[in-house]
Amino acid sequence: MTISIRNLEKVYKLGTEKGKALEVRALDGVSLDIEENEYVAIMGTSGSGKSTLMNILGCLDKPTGGEYSLSGIPVHKMSSAALAKVRNEQIGFVFQSFELLAKQTALKNVTLPMIYSRANWLGAKKRAKVALERVGLGDRMHHRPNQLSGGQRQRVAVARALVNDPSILLADEPTGNLDSTTTDEIIALFQGLHDSGQTIVIVTHEEEVAGHAKRIVRLRDGKVISDFPTEDDPVHQEFLRAKAATAVRLAEAAPA
Amino acid sequence: MIIFTPILMLLRVLSQTVLLALAQIFNNKIRTVLTTLGIVVAVASIILIMGALSGMQKGVLAEFEQFGAKRVFMDGTLPPSWRGRLNWREVQLQEDEVEAIREHVDSLDMLCAMYFGNYSVQYEEILLEGIRTVGIEPSWHDIENREIIAGRRFGSVDLEQARNVCVINEKAIEELNLPRDAVGEFVLLSGRRFKIVGIVETIERSAMFGGGDTQTEMYIPITTAMNLNPNGWINYAQGEMKNPDDANNVVAEITFVLRKMRNIEPDEDNTFDVQVMQNIIDDFNKIALVMTMITGVVVLVSLVVGGIGIMNIMLVSVSERTREIGLRKAMGAHPFVILMQFLVEAVVLCLAGAAVGIAVGQLGLLGVRNMPFEMLEGAAAPGWAIVLSAGLSAAAGIGFGMFPAIRASLLNPIDALRHE
Repeated sequence: MTISIRNLEKVYKLGTEKGKALEVRALDGVSLDIEENEYVAIMGTSGSGKSTLMNILGCLDKPTGGEYSLSGIPVHKMSSAALAKVRNEQIGFVFQSFELLAKQTALKNVTLPMIYSRANWLGAKKRAKVALERVGLGDRMHHRPNQLSGGQRQRVAVARALVNDPSILLADEPTGNLDSTTTDEIIALFQGLHDSGQTIVIVTHEEEVAGHAKRIVRLRDGKVISDFPTEDDPVHQEFLRAKAATAVRLAEAAPA
Repeated sequence: MIIFTPILMLLRVLSQTVLLALAQIFNNKIRTVLTTLGIVVAVASIILIMGALSGMQKGVLAEFEQFGAKRVFMDGTLPPSWRGRLNWREVQLQEDEVEAIREHVDSLDMLCAMYFGNYSVQYEEILLEGIRTVGIEPSWHDIENREIIAGRRFGSVDLEQARNVCVINEKAIEELNLPRDAVGEFVLLSGRRFKIVGIVETIERSAMFGGGDTQTEMYIPITTAMNLNPNGWINYAQGEMKNPDDANNVVAEITFVLRKMRNIEPDEDNTFDVQVMQNIIDDFNKIALVMTMITGVVVLVSLVVGGIGIMNIMLVSVSERTREIGLRKAMGAHPFVILMQFLVEAVVLCLAGAAVGIAVGQLGLLGVRNMPFEMLEGAAAPGWAIVLSAGLSAAAGIGFGMFPAIRASLLNPIDALRHE
């Protein structure tokens, strides 16, 4: 079991009003298991708690209640210093806005996580090159982010996330800043990674992107409202039918 | 292997952070220069002031050395506790007191009473007014150790007969327009004919010992001088001790003799002063130390001001790079590594400032050495001042970089990543 969470809670205290504690329950008893090699999409509207869940899964934030174990390690009890090590060794992050260091080359950016790694510090450059080749940027290693397209930047970010061989790859709206062509590029890349055995969790609000995952978990108001394999997910099936119908109508409406 | 791991970790973190800090500094050249200006000024002033001070100290001490470490001086003084009971005339040294010291103080090798007067001196048409004329004993030649370049020194006969003879220096020959070989010529001193019997070499004296310029010097036997203007006292006496290590004994013995002769009660202050060169050197060293300490405080204050500048810019840097810090934390940077990154950056900034400051200070010292003051010719920053200024700068970097660095290390990774 790669990820196992039980009754996870995240409560933000906003102070008190009229003697009653004012709080926001961003996560309200979430339980979820994610196995090795799974490709899961977490969906929900804004305010559903999906980002909070993502941050906790990524050990960037600590839950206020419940349990979370990652590769068998109970991380909900860990200190922030110990979490740094977990993030470095177990988790690969991909952010919506790439978060590359603007003044450094793709190669240097990919080397970054290994600076903080005890095991991969030596030979970091070689590993970074391998990772960049894996995402198809072998010929762009010495380019800076501003010399790369959005899709290429996100691929650099993916290479960086993978370079320490994490147990899970966490992607928070990885296509949110990309156009449809480059979105397809990244979706294909994730598909390839999944095929090679990488566990992937992505957060997205795009049905199109979520459809490529093998399982869809939907959140609302801090609770899991549905959790199906993609082909059994009623909302997604509805989306696919609507999409097909639109395609047919567009084809009929088109002038001959 | 396990023992070495933390050390290796630390070295790795250090090497990494130093490179990062240097990159950061090169990326913000103007800001770096402006920020470190405070440190540069502080360090440059340490180097400059300490260099000048130590140069001056060296110069003065060399002067003292030249004067002779075996010298003893004594003269009458009027301490506050004696005012009203005695006047300044009554405390001056007397002939019999000098004789008593000569007789009883065994650790003294030589003693010479000195008697000053200002007289007019004339040679043919040239008349000089107010020339300082010093009455001396033959032992003066040995104590002062000044070479007679023509003629002879004073002998005991000159003294016993109070002869009208004089020894002058080359400057006096020049001033009075005497012939090159002036020995045997006569000058009029206070209207009396004095025969020049010897010429003494002119020595350069620093401002500390009576004027930077070479002076016209006239020496006459002390007995003659006392006849010219009988005051009944002696201005001061100088002696030479047998062994410079005897300084304290010599002072004690002379003090004993003089107190006895002057009938000073045990609880009363001395009405005279006995000084040995070593005491004067010690006094001077104390003054130099106090000056060094005062300068040290001023420099410390300017280092603190410089350090606050560093702290300010580091806080700006942390807030500018909040997202980067967030990213590094998300990638697994331990809070300690982040702390080190900013701390090292502050220290590197301060050390860069110190390096420039040391260079500027040394350039300044080059200028100081070329200034027309003999005293400052040996101005050079002592090694300890260089090491100290670099060390203090590094300490300022650690001290003032700590707060911004802790702030960076405590940033919550998600909040930092969301920072705009």
